[in-house]
Amino acid sequence: MAAMSNHSLEQAMSVALNLGGTPTRRQVDRRPVLEQQVAGGIVNSSIMLAKTPSKTQQSSVGVMSSSKKTPSAKTPKSAGKRKTPNKGSKTPGGGDRFIPSRVGTQLEAAHYKLCTQTTPSAEAWAMLSPSQQQYRQVMNENLNGEVLSNKIISFNQKPPQPPDGYQNNLKVLYSCGKQCSSQKKKVRYIPQMPERILDAPDILDDYYLSLASWSSQNILAVALGGSVYLWNATTGDITLLMELDSSSADYISCINWTADGHHIAVGLSSGNVELWHPLEQKKLRTMTGHAARVGSLSWNSHILSSGCRTGAIHHHDVRVAEHQVGALLGHTQEVCGLQWSPGGNFLASGGNDNLLNIWRSDPGSNLTGSNSLYSFNHHQAAVKALAWCPWQPNVLASGGGTADRHIRFWNCNNGVSLSAVDTRSQVCALLWSPEYREIISGHGFTHNQLTIWKYPAMSKVAELTGHTARVLHMCLSPDGSTVVSAGADETLRLWKCFAVDEEAKKMKAKATQKEDRSALRLHMR
Amino acid sequence: MLVTCNKELQKFFDEIICQVKTWLMDMSIEKLVVVIKEVATNVVVERWQFDIDSDKTVTKDTKREVSNKQIQDGIRSVIRQITASVTFLPLLEKPCCFDILVYTDKGLEVPTTWGETGPHFIYNPEEVRLKSFTTTIHKVSAAVAFKKCD
Repeated sequence: MAAMSNHSLEQAMSVALNLGGTPTRRQVDRRPVLEQQVAGGIVNSSIMLAKTPSKTQQSSVGVMSSSKKTPSAKTPKSAGKRKTPNKGSKTPGGGDRFIPSRVGTQLEAAHYKLCTQTTPSAEAWAMLSPSQQQYRQVMNENLNGEVLSNKIISFNQKPPQPPDGYQNNLKVLYSCGKQCSSQKKKVRYIPQMPERILDAPDILDDYYLSLASWSSQNILAVALGGSVYLWNATTGDITLLMELDSSSADYISCINWTADGHHIAVGLSSGNVELWHPLEQKKLRTMTGHAARVGSLSWNSHILSSGCRTGAIHHHDVRVAEHQVGALLGHTQEVCGLQWSPGGNFLASGGNDNLLNIWRSDPGSNLTGSNSLYSFNHHQAAVKALAWCPWQPNVLASGGGTADRHIRFWNCNNGVSLSAVDTRSQVCALLWSPEYREIISGHGFTHNQLTIWKYPAMSKVAELTGHTARVLHMCLSPDGSTVVSAGADETLRLWKCFAVDEEAKKMKAKATQKEDRSALRLHMR
Repeated sequence: MLVTCNKELQKFFDEIICQVKTWLMDMSIEKLVVVIKEVATNVVVERWQFDIDSDKTVTKDTKREVSNKQIQDGIRSVIRQITASVTFLPLLEKPCCFDILVYTDKGLEVPTTWGETGPHFIYNPEEVRLKSFTTTIHKVSAAVAFKKCD
């Protein structure tokens, strides 16, 4: 009976909608939708009346369910069904280009809901009433996919948001032990053991000092407490360059060779900076001016820049009697990293105030001021490790301390941060290898390792472990093949990690030569 | 353990706890869930669920004999487990916020300050059951679900 009446109604509707014309295909296709709407209308009206006995209600339910079934049978369901599993197998995340992420959708529950909905229970029937609250209940049920036995509610007022830039203090403790998953296959053989281990008794375990320097004459200078020792890497001879008066509490806070390797500058905890001649073992001059210890030194031809615990950076012209030719006041705390760029255009300084300042040195300009070219505050700890890229003169790498753990790269021509990588450990020292275009970093807690990174991909090439305390200083040998690391465990370790493969190099050189020649020939013709 | 001194947060908790207390008293609460989600993406990363099994046969007059100490010990052991969970839970790298969900009886009249919400499930979670304690009227069992580390 119900089906019959439905049919006649449908006919009437189609006649009414057709406006006398012959039914086109599209209209035929549309019919099931219409049918459903009409059926819905019947159901609704029966509810509105609410006087029809339950039996008729049941029958109208039947109509509804049957009408629901008809369109589903007509729609190309089977084709859709075949397609979906294929897509699913291609993308294991369950996403496609329409719904990129299915995270949070509960397919099983949704399926269950769909299956149970085809035969609505008396309860579900009651929910179809137009009341707003019941509508919401249905929506809630369908969306959450839970067989509701209870309500889920939450307080309308939300808790206060975390303050901007908040960082979990425990991050340092809980994440540094994790291994980075992006450890790539090694491209070349890197010995995992140090080539040589030297003792460095009484080397100060102080992050803010720089106590090792390797000259272009292949002499490694190391400051141990109050004395400076020179180790000739070619012969292996050790000489004592200088020793402070043992009765005083002074110590050597930094050392740095000149570019030619004929002189060495020594910074003291008293604030004096001394110049020494390594062969004659003679002090050439003492330069005063700082009020506290000198933690960092850097040469730019005849200009020696020194960073002090007070935050001041002084420039000393070592040729003239009035040695202090400039002062830069850009830090409020100890300057622990200081590095002139290879061309002498920029001076980078890192301080305990977490700032990294870039200073410009134009020829003829005075070297005094408090306005730096750029001041970067991205690091969240003291910036000690600084290294200029040898093949890109504007690129600077900087590493932050325990609370920061990032190596950051800067373009100092335009002051742009190029990239940053979380190393999961304090960065104490950074060095570039021009041979392999890699960067090596010395770390502290927890593994005290040296990490070699490929630049600019920043994929890990190797990790060199062995130090039992943090790696404080690192230097590159003049031939670029060996890295020396001075650790707080009172050892110096020499790693031959950038060994040059001579044969491969020759082949490469030959190949490029040939190419050049052929290019030339092409040109000549 | 973290004890907050943020006035705003204290006020927020006071209001919630006051409301939850009344629901506990008339046993209309079934679950209390604390979800932690990332602020930027709104992805739920941790879901602490406390199932509350209340004995509905109890009326105002019934009295049960459980010492305060026994209950406190039970609560203490759960809290200890929660604080110890830092050892296995993944670190929250990005700024997060929390939300408190309450599962109540279906018939309960929702106060105007509260609103219905979803269950905030985690997709593909790792789950750890924690200890439970009972007052013989309410039995509370705790569990934590968290997003698997990549």
